Amino acid sequence: MTHLVCCVSAEEERRVRANDREYNEKFQYASNCIMTSKYNIITFLPVNLFEQFQEVANTYFLFLLILQLIPQISSLSWFTTIVPLALVLSITAVKDATDDYFRHKSDNQVNNRQSQVLIRGSLQNEKWMNVRVGDIIKLENNQFVAADLLLLSSTEPHGLCYIETAELDGETNMKVRQSVSVTSELGDPNNLASFDGEVVCEPPNNKLDRFSGTLYWREKKYSLTNQNMLLRGCVLRNTEACYGLVIFAGPDTKLMQNSGRTKFKRTSIDRLMNTLVLWIFGFLVCMGMILAVGNAGWEKEVGSLFQSYLAWDTPVNNFLFSAFLSFWSYVIILNTVVPISLYVSVEVIRLGHSYFINWDQQMFCSQCNTAAEARTTTLNEELGQVEYIFSDKTGTLTQNIMTFNKCSINGQSYGDLTDPLETQLDFSLFNPLADPDFCFYDDKLLESVKVGDSCTHEFFRLLSLCHTVMSEEKSEGELVYKAQSPDEGALVTAARNFGFVFRSRTPGTITTTEMGRTVTYSLLAILDFNNIRKRMSVIVRNPEGRIRLYCKGADTVLLERLHPCNQEVMSITSDHLNEYAADGLRTLALAYRDLSEDEWEAWSESHRFADKATDCREDRLAAAYEEVEQNMMLLGATAIEDKLQEGVPETIAVLSLANIKIWVLTGDKQETAVNIGYSCKMLTDDMTEVFIISGHTVQSVRQELRRARERMIELSRGSGGGVGKQLHGSPLPPPLPLSNLMDNISGEFALVINGHSLAHALEADMEAEFVSTACACKAVICCRVTPLQKAQVVELIKKRKKAVTLAIGDGANDISMIKSAHIGVGISGQEGIQAVLASDYSFSQFRFLQRLLLVHGRWSYLRMCRFLCYFFYKNFAFTMVHFWFGFFCGFSAQTVYDQYFITLFNIVYTSLPVLAMGIFDQDVPDHRSLEYPKLYEPGQLNLLFNKREFFICIAQGIYTSVVLFFVPYAVLSNATQSNGVPLADYQTFAVTTATALVIVVSVQIVLDTGFWTVFNHVFVWGSLGSYFIIMFALHSQTLFRIFPNQFHFVGSAQSTLLQPVVWLTIALATAICIVPVLAFRFLKLDLKPQLSDTVRYTQLVRQKRRKPPEGRLGARGGSRRSGYAFAHQEGFGELITSGKNMRLSSLALASFASRHSSSWIDTLRRKKHTHTPPSTSGEKTTRLSET
Amino acid sequence: MVKQESESANRPDNTAFTQQRLPAWQPILSAGIVIPGFVLIGLAFIGIGVALLVTSRSIQVLELDYTGDSNGSPCSSCSQSDIANCKCSLNFTLTTLFQGPVFFYYGLSNYFQNYRRYGASKDDNQLYGDLSSFTSPSSSCSPYNYDSSKKPIVPCGSIANSMFNDTFTLTRTVSGTTNNVTLDGKGIAWWTDYNIKYRNPSVTPLKNAFNGTVKPINWAKPAYELDASDRSNNGFVNQDFLVWMRRAALPNFRKLYRRIDASGDYQKGLPAGNYTIDITYNYPVRAFNGAKKIVFSNVSWMGGSNEFLGIAYLVIGSLCVVMSVVMLIVYAKFKFPDEE
Repeated sequence: MTHLVCCVSAEEERRVRANDREYNEKFQYASNCIMTSKYNIITFLPVNLFEQFQEVANTYFLFLLILQLIPQISSLSWFTTIVPLALVLSITAVKDATDDYFRHKSDNQVNNRQSQVLIRGSLQNEKWMNVRVGDIIKLENNQFVAADLLLLSSTEPHGLCYIETAELDGETNMKVRQSVSVTSELGDPNNLASFDGEVVCEPPNNKLDRFSGTLYWREKKYSLTNQNMLLRGCVLRNTEACYGLVIFAGPDTKLMQNSGRTKFKRTSIDRLMNTLVLWIFGFLVCMGMILAVGNAGWEKEVGSLFQSYLAWDTPVNNFLFSAFLSFWSYVIILNTVVPISLYVSVEVIRLGHSYFINWDQQMFCSQCNTAAEARTTTLNEELGQVEYIFSDKTGTLTQNIMTFNKCSINGQSYGDLTDPLETQLDFSLFNPLADPDFCFYDDKLLESVKVGDSCTHEFFRLLSLCHTVMSEEKSEGELVYKAQSPDEGALVTAARNFGFVFRSRTPGTITTTEMGRTVTYSLLAILDFNNIRKRMSVIVRNPEGRIRLYCKGADTVLLERLHPCNQEVMSITSDHLNEYAADGLRTLALAYRDLSEDEWEAWSESHRFADKATDCREDRLAAAYEEVEQNMMLLGATAIEDKLQEGVPETIAVLSLANIKIWVLTGDKQETAVNIGYSCKMLTDDMTEVFIISGHTVQSVRQELRRARERMIELSRGSGGGVGKQLHGSPLPPPLPLSNLMDNISGEFALVINGHSLAHALEADMEAEFVSTACACKAVICCRVTPLQKAQVVELIKKRKKAVTLAIGDGANDISMIKSAHIGVGISGQEGIQAVLASDYSFSQFRFLQRLLLVHGRWSYLRMCRFLCYFFYKNFAFTMVHFWFGFFCGFSAQTVYDQYFITLFNIVYTSLPVLAMGIFDQDVPDHRSLEYPKLYEPGQLNLLFNKREFFICIAQGIYTSVVLFFVPYAVLSNATQSNGVPLADYQTFAVTTATALVIVVSVQIVLDTGFWTVFNHVFVWGSLGSYFIIMFALHSQTLFRIFPNQFHFVGSAQSTLLQPVVWLTIALATAICIVPVLAFRFLKLDLKPQLSDTVRYTQLVRQKRRKPPEGRLGARGGSRRSGYAFAHQEGFGELITSGKNMRLSSLALASFASRHSSSWIDTLRRKKHTHTPPSTSGEKTTRLSET
Repeated sequence: MVKQESESANRPDNTAFTQQRLPAWQPILSAGIVIPGFVLIGLAFIGIGVALLVTSRSIQVLELDYTGDSNGSPCSSCSQSDIANCKCSLNFTLTTLFQGPVFFYYGLSNYFQNYRRYGASKDDNQLYGDLSSFTSPSSSCSPYNYDSSKKPIVPCGSIANSMFNDTFTLTRTVSGTTNNVTLDGKGIAWWTDYNIKYRNPSVTPLKNAFNGTVKPINWAKPAYELDASDRSNNGFVNQDFLVWMRRAALPNFRKLYRRIDASGDYQKGLPAGNYTIDITYNYPVRAFNGAKKIVFSNVSWMGGSNEFLGIAYLVIGSLCVVMSVVMLIVYAKFKFPDEE
């Protein structure tokens, strides 16, 4: 990457001459070889070590190691530090090496891809890595673009070509690129070989939607824009072949320029741990100082007089210098308060939890055959602390599958499911062209079609004609529809199954098969859809010559434009529409209008005039459309179900019970989003009020927010008993103390905010207001938001609320939010895998989120907290004994224990039991945490491990160390063996204290472990056993005979542990350490039980909380909402009528459906961090057609 | 089976381990266990405490300070002079039998055998009888590895150099006649020290092994002449040397000097009577405010006198019982909620 940076800074503009390698080589542009790997075999060791020592902890231990090599300071042998350090370094190195190996592999795979390069007039196969800037390469359909290319020519008319940019910016719709007209005529390789144009353009950058440059060719200048560029990472679609000139290669491509390093996410526990470790370092320094001062005093008062027996070392000539050395010596021996094994253990525990997530069968989706995956192994415990969930809608809450669910034709509603056991209709007998996947249950509708009801026929005819769907017929009868929005696809498919089959279209005709009869309509005009019109129409002439306008659109706009004679049908249909909307369905009203030849002529004229207008073309067109879409006859309405994913309402209900706030951030329209909000029970009719913020200006947004807050305070006061005051009707004081009042809002409110209002709300001066308003609401829905805004909202909550956020989404537009949230979850669903690649966790169903958070997250948090508490306790108990001993050994940094004990204590004697607890512990079983979502709260409030808990652990550790030192001190100082030999010798004391320590911390872990699996038993008893076995081995004669200089403790274990007094001492120390803890815990359990204690205690007591009501679409009465089903963008109508997207060999659209992705892109995408506002293909095509 | 597998190759294994459903014992601090547990522990501790206290009380200990701080004390003259082998004596009277076996300790106070550099100042290879370490003692012994004429010191280091060198004889005066009480110095060191850790070089006579080396600066006699009476009790396996080399954990300590030989009149211990300890006073401690004492003690199954242990057990045991009562009251009052 550094190489890349230097190029950017050096390059001011880029000059590329086609087919001239020598000329281009002068500039030393980067080659097309990419390298995402970090090391090679030679650089691995030094670079990796260098990186590892950038970790503060590692450097600290290296520093300690160096200290230990100084003989005057060395209070411990060097191996006490180097053994754990080497262990840690090598584990990390192995992990890094494996990661890098896979990067090498994917790099090689990409670099060795083949592409066709035009060299000296002929096409030759070259590896991607050998493609140079200035080469002309040929791309074929469905190939990945090898570098950033300037499109020169294509096989399509007008030099057009289609690309899919999903891998680049995540948008799944096709985009059109067009070559500069002069080059589009070049056509075949022979002409291209002689092309010697020179491109001068901007230097490499990461802006995906911008490009500016100039092509100089044959003394002429042609300006170049992004419309002429094919970027690396795109896939050529719908185009047989095209030629492009390489402008940026390899690391200079926009794709690579966008692939920054992923921001490394840390959990709040991590940050807390780092703070605490710093505090402990501070504490360590203080201890060192105290002991150094003690040493100075001792050397002055005692040591100087004691010199006849213990001379000062040669470099030591006064007590101050001795104290200085003593400080460092104590830093060495007290360093075990922050053992290096802490970090390794934490990683091991997290890894274990990640595997449990991967292994969880209940998060396995058998339909998609995908298991949940913890892609980041370092965030697990944060899953237990989530307070805000930001969810995408499409593909996350919903399946993004639209089904034609109900319809109302001429005042008759069809599709009501009366009998749940009713069988699905079989269309195949009636209609050989039917789509077998289509489901419909109401046979009344089919009957109505069969008997030839004219309204029903007209209804489906409209659906088969009024759309912008493209069809493809691979073989007779095997139709594939490519719809721009799934709603439209669902409608056309419904018409198909009911006998009105859309077969094919040309720019001027639509061919259908109506009840088995092929009919070709001539398409006179498409009155395209846009957001303001909220409707689309087609004007067709049927074979009989009758001209008719078919219109479908939102009921709100369409019902206004009906012929007055429709009054009766309209009111019935309107009722139906309300019913449908209440069921959370997306509705459209359908109408037609007959046009006489004269009317058509007249309108056509005005339309042409509007179309040609240079200024205000849009407005004029809209006015022209408006003119003709009047006096229509209502046909009926359709209701499409935007299918929720399984279990979404239940999951949301459970998560809100767990006090997690869910915000839906969607690019959809307000109506759609609100509708989904209702159908997934985020919004309910029981809510006190739903506020809608949709102002377009700063003032209006501010106004609306303020009004919402005032209402909230007013209403919650009203409900909170302050009615009396309110009755007197004095308006609320306008200056609202935001934080206090807003924190205590009672009542259920919801906020819906539009993207354009959100833009204002996110501005620095309003964000506080926005946050306080939004956070007082139970549900927040942001609609029409851009990917960037999604990320901004997440960042805002992170910053303002200091809460743990989780973002969940499935599409590339969610990547930015997934990356900025503390935890990003990707749904591996319909929209490709970009979101998954950027995420920390992935699974295929939204409902798995409850298990991820309430079970895995909760357990992880609990386990991690218990682990940390115990770990700090254990190490303080272990280390502080040295501190107390300092006061009795002249502050000489004499360790209490044998150095082997110090080396092994953390990595052998006490590591596994606490690891087992950190991995396996459960306070309540998984189904209980789902039944009692309140169990999740301690994590959100961070109750189990915070600074207070830490100090308690430390205090307990210090208390234990006091006991562990002073009990043996008091007992042994005058004790003798039964053969008269005094017990107060150093080695006996060391063995007694060490054994007492191991036993006390083992008993403590026994108390802390709440879930004794076989592993816990093996590890606890095994560790205890290993202590004795290893101690006896280390104190054995055999080892001593081999290394008499190393094993001073020969015989101590045996001699000490045979003494009853020693065991009485150990028992006494254990009792003094443990009895208060036991009593405290028992009393706490009785006096102040936590919910988890209660649940654990009453495990067998019957289940109390009733489950949330079953069924996806519970009945909601009352409020009228328009569920309006038009998810697509404008512009396609024009594209169809212009015929530009019509292909004679219609192979392309099918391939559009199949999504390709490959590992190298994956690797890149993982690193990529891009905020690309969605550019609508529609706009681009519009612009295109103007040129 | 095969079909199923192919269907869901990605399905995680359904084992108790992967699904976190391992059978597990889930203990809970219920009143039924904790309160009786406390009572039991309390009673057990009280029982042990009583036993320890009774045993400890039965042990006789006699401590005699002979530092010679105050002018009136017997060894004050010796403590103030630097004369080698200064003699002084202490008298004491036993009114009852001092139950045997009786152990004779010397004790030092404010003496830091546990100082880190002091403890490290020895050469284990040398003490293991490695002749190469005789000629070049480890640097850990510095500054007591070579003398001023660069000759290696054996045994080197501070510990050996500072070896305690007062000697004592115990006499009993019975009706005007004084007779020596036989002191037994065998087996007063750790078995492993004597048999494994310390070893004389296998050179006979032992003296030859020390050729070219010098004795520690503070020593009067070289290591091979520590015990003139017993040739096997010389060199590094000399019992007094071994006792000294096993350094004390705390600054006030006592070390075993001799056992009273249980023979003749002393079979049952030291009978009542007047006793005199003749001290050869060599070891200066007053410079660092140290103190020296002589201790006679007998032992029980649990070793020497240990009041603390018994009292501590009694206190903890009583506290446990008290706690159990408190817990019972709390439990009865705030009964754990069965209903939510």
